[in-house]
Amino acid sequence: MIDALALLFLVLMVVCAAAALRVKDLLAAVTIFGAFSFFSAAFFVVQDALDVAFTEAAVGAVITTVFFVSAIRRTTRRVR
Amino acid sequence: MIERVGLLLLAPGFVVLLQAAADLPRVGDGASATFTHVAAHYIDHAHEQTGAPNFVTAVLADYRGFDTFGELIVIFTAGVGCLLILGTKDDGPPPPDEGKA
Amino acid sequence: MKSRFGSPLLDAAIRLLVPFMWLFATYVLIHGHDSPGGGFQAGVILAASIILLRLVRGRDRVSALTSHDALMLACIGPLLYGGIGFASLLFGGNFLDYGVLPLPMEPAEVRVIGTLGIEAGVMVGVAGVLVLIFDILAWVDNDTV
Repeated sequence: MIDALALLFLVLMVVCAAAALRVKDLLAAVTIFGAFSFFSAAFFVVQDALDVAFTEAAVGAVITTVFFVSAIRRTTRRVR
Repeated sequence: MIERVGLLLLAPGFVVLLQAAADLPRVGDGASATFTHVAAHYIDHAHEQTGAPNFVTAVLADYRGFDTFGELIVIFTAGVGCLLILGTKDDGPPPPDEGKA
Repeated sequence: MKSRFGSPLLDAAIRLLVPFMWLFATYVLIHGHDSPGGGFQAGVILAASIILLRLVRGRDRVSALTSHDALMLACIGPLLYGGIGFASLLFGGNFLDYGVLPLPMEPAEVRVIGTLGIEAGVMVGVAGVLVLIFDILAWVDNDTV
C-alpha cells in the first residue's frame, strides 16, 4: 500500500501546513509554505510522478515564494 | 471564538473526506477505472505514434495538446489580469484606459 | 539604503549560476521527450533565473529582459502554440495535428518536431508571464525591486 517514506512526507506536509497557518509572521509562513512544497515534491517523487514533482519543486518552492514575498513587501508583514 | 466555530465546521468535511479516501483504488491497481479506458492504448502506441518515449510528454503535448493550449491561455490570462488590476507606473507597458471603464 | 544591490559576492554568484540555469532550462525543454520535464518546467526555470537577476542587480540595471519584453514574450508563446495548430489546419489536418506538417522526415519525427515547437511556445509564454507578474508585484516604487 502506502510505504513509510510517503507517509513520513505526508505527515511533514500536514505539520508544515498547520505551522504555516498558526504562525503570526507572514514571511515565516511563506518560508514554511516553501518547505511544504518541497515535502510535497518529495512525496510525488516517492509516488514515481517525476513530472509533477519537478513542476511542484519549481513552481511551488521558487516562484510562489518569490511572489508571496513581493506581495508582503507591497502590503504588511504582520497578521493583524 | 470564530476560529473554534470554523474548526468545528471543518470537522464533518474531514470525516467525509476520510470516508471517501477509503474508496479510492489502491496505488498501482491495474483494474481501476484509470487504467482500463485509454491508458492501455497510450502505453501500447505512444512511442510509434508520436515518437516520444515519455508517455507523459506524449499525452500532454500530443494526445491532449488542446488541453495544454488551454493551460497556456489560462496562464496568459493570469498575467494579463495582474497587469490590468495592479496596473503599471511609468516606464512599463502603457496603462489601460481609465476613462472608458 | 542606497546600495542595496550589487554586492560583489552576489554578483559573482549569479554570473556563475544564471548561464547554467539557462542551459538547464534548454536541456529540460529539449530532453522533455525522454525524461521528466517539458515546456512548463523549462519556462519556470527560465523565469526563475531572470527573477534572480532582478533580485540581485536591482531594477535600474536590468539588462536581460525588460518588462515590456516580458509582456511581448508572454504574447508570443500562445501565438506560437496556436500558430503551429493553425499551420497544421492549413496543411489538411486537424487543429494541432502537427503530424501533417510538410517536413522531409518520418511522420513520427515530424510529430517530435511539432511537439518541440509547441513546448517552446509554452516555455516562452510561461517565462514571460511569470517575469511580468513579478515585475508588477515588485513595483512598489521606483528604487526598489
